[in-house]
Amino acid sequence: MKASRLHGPVRRLAVFCLFVILLMLGYTAYKAFGQAIDDAQTDWPAIGSVLPRTDDLTMPSVLDIVRGVFDEPRRSNEAFGSIVFDKAVFTLREASVGFAVGVIVGLGIAIILSQSQLLERALVPHVIASQTIPLIAIAPIVVIWGRKNVDFLPWEWQDWMSVSLIATYLTFFPVAINGLRGLHSPSAEAVELMDSYAASRRHTLWRLRLPASLPYLFSAFKIAATASVVGAIVGEISAGVDGGLGRQILLEASRYTTGPERLYVAVLFAAGLGIFAFLTILTFEYGLVRRKGTELVL
Amino acid sequence: MTSQNVPAVEIRGVSKVFNPGGSNEVLALEDINLEIAAGDFVTLIGPSGCGKSTLLRLVAALVGSSSGEVLVNGKSADQARLDRDYSMVFQKAGLFDWRNVARNIELPLELMGWRKSARHRRSTEMLELVQLQDFARHFPQQLSGGMAQRVAIARAMSFNPALLLMDEPFGALDEMTREHMQNEVLRIWSETNTTVIFVTHSISEAVFLSTKVVVMSPRPGRIAAVLENHLESRDDTARDSPEFFANVSEVRKLLRAGEN
Amino acid sequence: MKQLSNFVQIWPPLVATAIALGSWEFLLWITQPDGFVLPPPTEIAAAVGENFATITTATRVTGFIIVTGLVAGVLLGITAALLVTTFRTANETITPLAVAINAIPIVALAPIFNFWFGLLSPRSNQAVVVALVFFPIVINTARGLTEVEPSQIELMESYGVRKWRIIREVRIPNAMPFFFTALKLATSLAVIAAIVAEYFGGRQDALGNIITSSAGLTRYADAWAAVLAGSLLGIVLYGVAVLAERVTMPWYFLARRS
Repeated sequence: MKASRLHGPVRRLAVFCLFVILLMLGYTAYKAFGQAIDDAQTDWPAIGSVLPRTDDLTMPSVLDIVRGVFDEPRRSNEAFGSIVFDKAVFTLREASVGFAVGVIVGLGIAIILSQSQLLERALVPHVIASQTIPLIAIAPIVVIWGRKNVDFLPWEWQDWMSVSLIATYLTFFPVAINGLRGLHSPSAEAVELMDSYAASRRHTLWRLRLPASLPYLFSAFKIAATASVVGAIVGEISAGVDGGLGRQILLEASRYTTGPERLYVAVLFAAGLGIFAFLTILTFEYGLVRRKGTELVL
Repeated sequence: MTSQNVPAVEIRGVSKVFNPGGSNEVLALEDINLEIAAGDFVTLIGPSGCGKSTLLRLVAALVGSSSGEVLVNGKSADQARLDRDYSMVFQKAGLFDWRNVARNIELPLELMGWRKSARHRRSTEMLELVQLQDFARHFPQQLSGGMAQRVAIARAMSFNPALLLMDEPFGALDEMTREHMQNEVLRIWSETNTTVIFVTHSISEAVFLSTKVVVMSPRPGRIAAVLENHLESRDDTARDSPEFFANVSEVRKLLRAGEN
Repeated sequence: MKQLSNFVQIWPPLVATAIALGSWEFLLWITQPDGFVLPPPTEIAAAVGENFATITTATRVTGFIIVTGLVAGVLLGITAALLVTTFRTANETITPLAVAINAIPIVALAPIFNFWFGLLSPRSNQAVVVALVFFPIVINTARGLTEVEPSQIELMESYGVRKWRIIREVRIPNAMPFFFTALKLATSLAVIAAIVAEYFGGRQDALGNIITSSAGLTRYADAWAAVLAGSLLGIVLYGVAVLAERVTMPWYFLARRS
């Protein structure tokens, strides 16, 4: 038991690599299969309708995609991979700013609501209702609104701030809801113990309720980190915000016919960014919450 | 059903090693020999880690032995499991939340392919046996701990097993409910003439319930002593009888001796 | 007594709703901002009335993609969870993998799907919905199938039954609450996935396109009318999931004793 746990991360990395290799093999095999059917001039109705087409333009070979990372696009003397990497950093910054603000807002809401039963009952349904508006779906509205209407702030509003705002919107919800659950999680005995010490509300909050809510918060952070990366990319794409990975994906989609492998590279970087954000939170959780956290999927 | 001269359970030279060969290898049981006659009520008692639950699971064939032989009704433990010769009750009632009380009791009967009408008749009888007639349609979440454990016993008894294995079944109950449940189990035992193996770490529970107390010692788990436990009667007056107290202090002495 | 407590539960959110809607309307009426991103509720209602036919068509188009994608994703997810949990080692390695893959922004795949299935085909949008729904269903259902009270498994083993019987009698019922948690999440994910996928391609008369094109023309009320239709779809689907949950596991909602 113990030995296998020690090797957990290494083993998982190996499994992940294996998965990637299997994915590449499956992709190649499917493509070869489709092309064999094409060559035989037989009709296979599923391909092109339920299953994707298999020509080189629709499915560039794995080798082409890998080559796409190192190739230098026209009018540029930088490898495509390094260009996309810069874009990913830009997107990550948008997502991180949004995430940080969302955590502060969400935690604030949770702490305030946990202080009053009446407030909690009145507002929790609204916090939940706020998420029935398809969050990412309003991304274009937010970005366009930001461009045209935000002129009341002391600094100049930039598009990336709108994108961060979307990430904030996605982050605050799980943090607020899970935070509230976490703040309520200490047992009645533990609260009575603090009361018996004549601890102030602030003391109970800092010494008992917040530490108790850490596992809850981290499961919210994991959801939120992923969501804010998604929010940032979708925000960029849907409103054409310049400088980030989403925009790059849109650009590569529009010039797909001249280099399909570049779209694949950009999308793969997006996938990597999502996993990176998730693993970052996981690492912090490992360090801060040594015990096994209550994991929940919201 | 079983002939009187075949012992209900025979354990010969059994030992159990967990994670053999690993760095965390544990010798849980060493050279266990025990014979249990049909109709006996045997308790296994000992400190935690003495392997009493493991011994019970060996009889149930839920774990396999590393060496030695376990016979139930004269056949291998695993064969007895497949023949459904025994039934088990756990510390947690382990009722299925998604089945009501009657259907929980009928679970083993369903698995054995009983017809619906027969199952229904049987679960009604069993509910009477544990005095929960009015709760057939209730769901486990609506029961108290003691009631849930009574349903678990009814489930275990539903197919008339020759052998009843109980793994600290009352460990999670409060003292009052516990004494009540002990009386219930004794009543059911005398009414049905089942052989019972009962794991506990309560000395008074062991002495009150059983005809034979098996005292175990830890690291590695061994049988330290077997005490024939005769009480004049087994009702609430027995709890205050001098022989009860004498046997309690005898078991305590044996347990202390086993620790050293 | 019960009714009274229900009333006490209901009034705070109702009052808060009334205050929120009222002050929103009032604030905009006072300040009269130019083309504000959040038009007053009355204006959105008017936009719904004006574009009723367009919005119903769009809701039908997007709703079809959502429902078909959701059903396919859920079925695939349940199958995968059953397959994975049948083999213990597979479960131990694949479930963490699924959790990591779940962190991938799947909507970013939409452009690739568009080229796979054709830019105007609903298939690519359905593929996005399926992919987004699939992982939460797999992860949660797999957890429900494995996180079983050990004594319940031992009980079934003591009856000497086959593995499949244990899956049917214990693991599947045990997984139901986990599955429904994921299903409820999946309904809102499916709505988001479909609308976002429509930003990239698919039919022009779908909700996603109405939102982008109206927002681009600063006709925010029209955009919000489409958003409202999307929310409504989400709420209806969520309601269906809740109803299914209540109907299939009434035992789960009984008041706990002890």
